[in-house]
This record gives sequence, structure tokens and C-alpha cells, in this order.
Amino acid sequence: MNLISASEVVKDFSGHRALNHVSMEVPEGSIYGLLGPNGAGKTTLLRIINQITAPDQGSILFEGTPIGQEHRHLIGYLPEERGLYKKMKVGEQALYLAQLKGLSRQEAMKRLKIWFSKFEIEAWWDKKVEELSKGMAQKVQFITTVLHEPKLLIFDEPFSGFDPINVNLLKHEILQMKARGATIIFSTHNMSSVEELCDHITLINESETVLQGEISEVRERYRANKYQLIFQGSEEQLAKGLDSRFELLSMEENGMGQRATIRIKSEKEGSGDLIRNLVEITEIKAFKEILPGMNDIFIQVVNDTNVKKGA
Amino acid sequence: MNKISLIIRREYLTRIRKKSFIIMSVLGPLIFAAYILIPMYFATLEDKEEKLMVVIDDSGLFTERGPNGPVFIIQGTETLKFQVVEGVPVNTFRETFEESGYYGLLFIPSNILASESSLIYSTNQTSLVISEYLERSMESEIEDLKLASHEIEDIDKILAEVETSINVRNIKWTRDGKTQESNTGVIMGIGYLGGMLIFFFIFFFGSQVMRGVIEEKVSRIIEVIVSSVKPYQLMMGKIVGVGLVGLTQFLIWMLLSAVLVTGLKAVVFPELNQTPTEQVVSSDLFDKGAGVQDMSQPSPEILAGEDMDMAKEIFASLKSISVGMILASFLFYFIFGYLLYASMFAVIGSMVDNETDTQQLIFPVIFPLILGIYVMINAINNPDNALSFWFSIIPFTSPVVMMVRIPFGVPWWQLALSGSLLISTFLGMTWVAAKVYRTGILMYGKKVSYKEVWKWLRYSS
Repeated sequence: MNLISASEVVKDFSGHRALNHVSMEVPEGSIYGLLGPNGAGKTTLLRIINQITAPDQGSILFEGTPIGQEHRHLIGYLPEERGLYKKMKVGEQALYLAQLKGLSRQEAMKRLKIWFSKFEIEAWWDKKVEELSKGMAQKVQFITTVLHEPKLLIFDEPFSGFDPINVNLLKHEILQMKARGATIIFSTHNMSSVEELCDHITLINESETVLQGEISEVRERYRANKYQLIFQGSEEQLAKGLDSRFELLSMEENGMGQRATIRIKSEKEGSGDLIRNLVEITEIKAFKEILPGMNDIFIQVVNDTNVKKGA
Repeated sequence: MNKISLIIRREYLTRIRKKSFIIMSVLGPLIFAAYILIPMYFATLEDKEEKLMVVIDDSGLFTERGPNGPVFIIQGTETLKFQVVEGVPVNTFRETFEESGYYGLLFIPSNILASESSLIYSTNQTSLVISEYLERSMESEIEDLKLASHEIEDIDKILAEVETSINVRNIKWTRDGKTQESNTGVIMGIGYLGGMLIFFFIFFFGSQVMRGVIEEKVSRIIEVIVSSVKPYQLMMGKIVGVGLVGLTQFLIWMLLSAVLVTGLKAVVFPELNQTPTEQVVSSDLFDKGAGVQDMSQPSPEILAGEDMDMAKEIFASLKSISVGMILASFLFYFIFGYLLYASMFAVIGSMVDNETDTQQLIFPVIFPLILGIYVMINAINNPDNALSFWFSIIPFTSPVVMMVRIPFGVPWWQLALSGSLLISTFLGMTWVAAKVYRTGILMYGKKVSYKEVWKWLRYSS
């Protein structure tokens, strides 16, 4: 079941198309990564799902029904540009924002107490936001985003502006929310966090979807048939014994032995063929396929589409 | 709780808790009173100083022989004394005048009857009060002289009989045939005060709405809020919340002023509290009527009570104007005028990233309001002419202009037309404003023109 399905979404601003027939299916209970260079249209799509702006064409379904006012309470949104009322006290502000998301005052108060003690920030309750540091204010804002335990959480660049300790805290919380059954969409430039957290991704470049799918499937699609081998023996031994169907790309000394990167030249051959060959010439200590990182895929796909457009 | 009421509540509470609000609420009436009282106080201060004026009377018409030498015919006042000098030319004073301590030198030429002018020499500007006093006194002296030259018998008696003072009292016939006494000055004052209050209220609290929108944009909280509520709800919540702050402030001012006024009334006009106003008015009229017979001998009591009469008249006029009607229409134009303009101020706030950029955008919005003030000043004297009529119907100026017309009496159909136009313009303007606002609040960085705003209007919601 898809929690969100966006289909053929088009959004035009004066003289510029921000989204061009973008579709996206977000399965319930998954973590969905929205990737793309700056200005690709990620924030616009997130705003449309948040009903901050409306699409010019296309539709957004929430659990199969067109998204509407009744869904606002079911979404928590952390925008890229964080911000709170500077002159308002932390506690009062958190209560206000929670009530706007449909929580009763009492319930909001109860949950805020729990979160404030969890983040060890009880002492901030009566401080004005302008007295807090940037990192402190971000913590407060994160709490106000998740307090009403929404079904869908939307984070626009959630890791920017946090120090590494808080990034880990945030990742931990995101995984917790997934475990609780929430669905999470986030946009990011941080590719390691994508590999770590995401189940699905959509890569948008220049207002169009250029890559989409389950992350394991995407990495599979971009595999380069490269394998890593750690073995006992010498480089000559390996080079000499390796069949011409395989290519030795690199070689280095490793604490455990020699480490080699080998490519299978032909699509027809599988890893089994390579292993059969290797067993005969070396003593294998470890063998694994090298899947491309999201970082490489990101750069490759964006460059490819830019070249295509340029041509 | 309904979301819009949550927003109203926040906007209201954060503002009335501010120190500036509390200070303004308490000091408002005091500042207002100070504006009136301080100039009056200074005026009395100035009068205390005694001034001595040298008189050189070449005509001899204004000098009498007293036991201690020549005396000026015109009596000095408490603060102005005269000293007649004879046989000295004006120029002898010229060099040493500054050191002499004289306030001024009055020179009456020998041909005063023909030239009808005299001169005051002094080192600084002579006050208007003194010149007027001298003119009046000399005029009446010369008039007496001229009359005396006709050699009519019993001239004094005739003159006393001829002297008349007419008091034009304004009695209004209302539709149900009753009579009401009114004082045009008081009516003008009330209308003017109402119109000005509305102007300042719109301007002051409209800018607060604008600043609130800018604050939300600059702090970037806007995106979080509009993911929870519709931009329209946020805008209306803010406008209503700030408007309630204004009403609260206004009510506090009214209460404080009422306390001040009743306090003053008890001290200054104690008898007003003993006699009902109607009785005061009717007995007053009766007194005047009875006074016709012995007009040649004006009773000293009436003269002494002149100030009191004035006060009675003002209170009587206040009563004659339908207070309920004025208050109701004041509140109506106060509220809807504010609502109409506040949505425009909200739009300006949504168009900019900081307050300095608002300057040139504000002008087209407040221009009609300022125009309204000019028309209002004209309408005080001509409440029923075409200019006043049209500007009290056009919604952008009607809140200010209609206020000065109401105390004079406005036909019901005009009130209904003006009121319904104001309400429908407010609704239309809010609809337009919400569309622009929705786009504007998410725009950063670039300076927006009204041309750009026109494009935003056509974006889908």
C-alpha cells in the first residue's frame, strides 16, 4: 500500500518549470529519499505534498484519496530553512505548534515533557528562542515536527546544520519512527545517509525524474560487475592464472593479505565463473561484489542527463 | 480548538503581553491630555510677565491730565502697563531701547484720525494678543470721539440701548417632531475625532499586521505554519488578532478617559451632576427670554455665568447627537475600515523580506486614506456636498469621511450603501490578498513589484 502517490506533477513558476511530470510512489512504512542537485525541484515537490503550494497539473494521493485538509494533521514537516518565533518562549511555542497540528493542550504538554527530558533540554522551556544557539533551536524544531506522531514525516535536508553527534541522534530517531510504523520522506545531499537509511529513492534533475526505485535495485542496476578479492598469494600468480574473460583492475597489500579488484568483462559470465577460476589459482580469504555507492550513481546519472540535454 | 482561533489567540496574547502595549494603554490618554494641556499651560505662563509700554501720543487724543502727570486713556491690563512720555521724539529711544527694559514703544501720530494707523516699535516681535488689544481699544476710543463730534444728546443711553448680542442657537427638528438643541462646533469635533481615530487605528495596527507577516517570513517559521494551516487562515487569524489588540487598547483608553472625565466633571462642574441636563437647557432658555426686557442692564450674574453656559451648551449638544448611533457607526467603520486595509498591509508584508523595502510599496495603499483625511477636513464644513458624499460612499475613504458626516445626520440609504460597499470590498480585497499572500510568503531574495503580484494572482491555489 502506498502512503503517498504523486502522479504526473507539474508546477510552473513565472517563466520556469519547477517540476515536469514527476511521479513518485512512497510505500507505507518505508524511508524514501528524494535526491537531486540544488534547484532540481525537490523542495517544490515536498511543498506540494505538504499542501503549501498546489500543483498546476497532476495529483497527490494520500492512502489512495486525494490529499486534503484532513491530512494536514497526519504529516510532520521540517523545512530546509528552519525557523521559530524568536520572541516566543520555547515551551509556549512548542505547545502552539502542536495545537496547530491538532493535539490538545494537555496531550501536547504531556508529550513535550517526555521529549524535553529525552533530549535533556527541560531547562529551556521558559527561554526565548532568540536566546538559544542554532543547534539548540534545531532540536526544539525537530521535536515540534514529530510531536503529533504523524503517519508521514517530511524532512527537507534534515542533516544540514547539525553537528555529527546530533546527526547520529537524528538518524536514530528516524529509524525509531520507521520502526513505529511511520513513513519518512527526506531530501538530502548526504549520500551516505541515503545508503544507510533509505529503502527507495527518486533522483530529480532539472525538474524531471531521472532515476527511481528501491535502493538495492538501483545499486544493482548500476553494478559494474566488479568484485573484491582478498587472497593469500602473489600478484604474478593471480595475473598469470586469471582467465581472459576477467580483468584485474587493481592490486594492493592488505593486512589480511592481498586485495584485488576484478571485473567480469562479459555480461554472460557470473560470479560463479570467476570463483571457479580463482579457486584454482589462489587461496580465497574473502570475496564480494563491489556495488556502486549512491554518491557515484548520483554523479553519474546527473552528468549523463546533463550531457544528453546538452546534446 | 479551531485553528484560526488558535492563531488569533497567539497573535492577541503575544501582543498584549508586550511592555509597549501596557505602557501605551496607560499613557495613551495621558499623552492625549498632555497634548491639549501643555500648550495651555505654557500660554498661561507667558502672560504672567509684566510688560511696560512707552506711549508717545502726538495726537494728544489719548492722553489725559492726571494728578501725577499725563495718563494714557486706554487702561492697562494685569500684565500690560503704559507710561506716557511727552515732548520726546521717537528716535531718542532708539539707541538705548534694549537696555531700557521697555516691552515696546507705541507711537500715535498726530494724524491718526485720517491715517487710521499707529506704530509699535520694539526689539522683538510684539505678541498678537497685545496688538489686537491696542487696536480694539483705540478703535473704540476713536469711535467714541467721532460719535461725540456729532453732538447728539444722551448718546450714551442710545448706544446702550442699541447694543445687541445675538446668540444663534441651533435647534434640530428630528423626524418624529421633537426638537433638539445642538452645537455645530461640538458636532464637528466629535466627527473629526472619530475620523482621526479611525485613521490612526488603521495606520498603526495595519502596520503591525505587516510587521507580523515580515517577522514570520524572516524567521522562516512561515513554512511550518502553512504546512499546518491554510495561508488564508494564518492571514485572517493575524488580522483579527491584531484588530482585537487594537479594540482592547481603544476600550482601555475609553475607560481611562471616562474615569478622567467624570473626575474632572465632579471637580470643575459640580452642579451639572445635581440638575438634569434638560432642565439646565430649558431654564437657561427661559432666563434668556426673560432677560430681553431689561437688556439695557445686563444682570451681572449672567455675565459671570458665561463660562458655565458654554459648558452646559456643550453637554446639551453631546446629548442631542444620538450617541448610540455615533458609537455604532464608529465601531462599524473602525472595524471594517481596519479589516479592509489590514489585508492590504498583510500583502505588502508578504512581498518583502525586510521592513525597509516596504516604504515605496506602502504609499499606493495609504494614499486613499490620506486623501480621505483631506476630504474629511473639507467635509466638516460641507457635510452634504458632492465631494463629501462620494468619498463617504467609496469604501477606501468612507471609514474616515463618513465619520464626520454622521453627527450632522446622514440618510439611511447612504449609510446602507456605504456600509455594504465597504463590507463587499473588504471581502473581495481579502480574497485577492490571500492569493497574493500565499505566493509572497514563500518568496525570498528578490524585490517584488506590483507587476509581479499581478502574475501571482493568476497562479492556481
